Amino acid sequence: MLKRTQKQAGDKDNIEQIVTPSGEVLIKDKKQITKDKIRKFMLGSKDREGFLKVFVIYALLICIGFIYIYPILHMLSSSFMTLDDLLDSSINWIPSSLNLDNYKQAAKSMDFWKSFGQSVIIAGLPTICNLISCSVIGYGLARFEFPGKKVVLGIILFTFILPSQVTMIPTYVLYSNMGILRTIWAFVLPAILGMGINAPIFILIFWQFFRQVPKVLIEAAQIDGAGYWKSFYRISLPSAAPAIITVSLFSFVWYWNESYLTSMYVSGIGRETGMTSLIIQLKNFATNYDKYSQTAASGAASINESINMSGTMLSILPLMIMYFILQRYFVESIDRTGITGE
Amino acid sequence: MSKKNPGKTDKTDKKNKRKLKEGSLAKRDAIAGLLFITPWIAGALIFLAYPLITSFRYSLYKIRMLPTGMRFRYVGYGNFTEILFSQTEFTTEMISYLVSTIISVPIIVVFALIIAIMLNQNVKGKGFFRLIFFLPVIIVSGPILGMLNQEGAGSLTSIDTQAITTILEETLPGALADPISDLFENMVTILWYSGVQILIFISALQKIDRSMYEAAKIDGGSGWECFWKITLPNIKPMILLNIVYTIVFISNNEQNSIIGLIQNSMFSGTQEKGYGYASAMAWMYSVVVLLLVGLFAGLFMSKKDVYEKQVKKAKKAHKKEQRQLKQIERRSARNAKKNAKAGRG
Repeated sequence: MLKRTQKQAGDKDNIEQIVTPSGEVLIKDKKQITKDKIRKFMLGSKDREGFLKVFVIYALLICIGFIYIYPILHMLSSSFMTLDDLLDSSINWIPSSLNLDNYKQAAKSMDFWKSFGQSVIIAGLPTICNLISCSVIGYGLARFEFPGKKVVLGIILFTFILPSQVTMIPTYVLYSNMGILRTIWAFVLPAILGMGINAPIFILIFWQFFRQVPKVLIEAAQIDGAGYWKSFYRISLPSAAPAIITVSLFSFVWYWNESYLTSMYVSGIGRETGMTSLIIQLKNFATNYDKYSQTAASGAASINESINMSGTMLSILPLMIMYFILQRYFVESIDRTGITGE
Repeated sequence: MSKKNPGKTDKTDKKNKRKLKEGSLAKRDAIAGLLFITPWIAGALIFLAYPLITSFRYSLYKIRMLPTGMRFRYVGYGNFTEILFSQTEFTTEMISYLVSTIISVPIIVVFALIIAIMLNQNVKGKGFFRLIFFLPVIIVSGPILGMLNQEGAGSLTSIDTQAITTILEETLPGALADPISDLFENMVTILWYSGVQILIFISALQKIDRSMYEAAKIDGGSGWECFWKITLPNIKPMILLNIVYTIVFISNNEQNSIIGLIQNSMFSGTQEKGYGYASAMAWMYSVVVLLLVGLFAGLFMSKKDVYEKQVKKAKKAHKKEQRQLKQIERRSARNAKKNAKAGRG
């Protein structure tokens, strides 16, 4: 292609030599060619993306990505700072020394290991219940036709939109009458009955997923003598592994991060009898820390930004570790569940 | 009888038998389906229907907690009028909630769409960027956002928020200026709500047929036109889904001060507040949230186009025809049977 144009240009040159001084035309053409090349490189052609576009996309992604995780980076860096570093205006990002004191004190005031263990229970048990109930309900909705199915789906959608506050007060009274307030049962019981936190989403995920399981497969199993239940947990459930992973991860994360309902039902407000979780500890971090620093024998520093940030870091650390180990499942979750339709 | 008489009658008999079986299977299936969703039905009765009704009942009463139990005093709509007209806290919080939600929902959804479109290009390190943009979903929760905003880590340092705040305060009334300036101050943490939405958009974008873009390109469509005419209409349902998701998440997040207000008035020991007052508040809040979702849904609900409508109509007509044909067939079969019987007799 390039050669031919040059050749053509040469021909032209030969012809036009008579009229104009030689070289001018040739040089002009060469310029044109390089110009074209640069243009093609920058703006791209039909089958190649231009450098400019790629450059802009990368620049934007990196900038926005940085801004996006800026709070976390800020938190990480200031959690290591000593009081002097915080006050020193010349230190912006990198602390003068790797100071782990903040973490030690924050962990002590949060009672880290105990809260961590209880967080796992508070998030884990309802997750298992959610998994069982939502898969059963989702299967029931996907596989069978029965009168009022559309109404059920409508109500499920409605419960997703309805703020939990409106049912919160009678539920609170109900739990206290049943004697399960400030125990883990206040989370487990609704989860068993498909009414846990964000359960509508999970039911819809399973529903969407089980609809894609070929009906022939189930019919074949039934011809071979499998009952309804068996064809559910032997045929459909194993093929719904992506949905199971997604639901359990999200359910765990959402229960872990739920502070409002946890403090209401499971830990109790202003009491210390109930269970506690890392998030609840963080919510009451200032008061807890005050209490701790008063009782601590060795002079604990009064609360400052670094200690706040290390407390925050500690409460998100377990989930962060989980996220980086299981990142593939999180990031691909939405694709796999087919929320966006077949 | 049918054994004795092979022929037309046998066929119809067989048909009838199969039909009977089909009906019973469907019935059994329906029962099994209902059994499968029994947990949900029980849950909906205990944790949805009962609390909804009870909380409405509560909202009509003043409730005092005594050691012996709850004491009810009927006040009718007293709680509602009190919240709306004599106490200012709820209305001011409500206005700021509405303003900040209506502004931040489009910001979040558009941001998610832009990021999704960028990640949908041929970018190297797609997985890494996805990892970053999804990270907030894992850690976003009320206390953590509170802590970050308290330490000022949630603001864009590059934008001078101070200047924006002063301009807003000079030009707008206080009720509007405060939520908007809050928005600018915590811009990053607001964008943090978009993790799931980005993923939903990406997977929707990947499902759009490539050949459509190719066809458009052959017809001379530019990238810009392709976006408006192909991409956007194709992901419109996902936009609605993301809007609803965003509203629900903002409304249920603990950073939302109305939720805190409801909780505080629920546990306040004063005479005029308490369970009844809080229930009334919760009811009004829910109605507002539902209306907000309805508003956005109304704006973005995809209208059925003419073609789809006609297809539906044709399908209906076809079904009707088929039914009539079947009826005729059945009638003629019955007649044939009768005739055969008569002939035999």
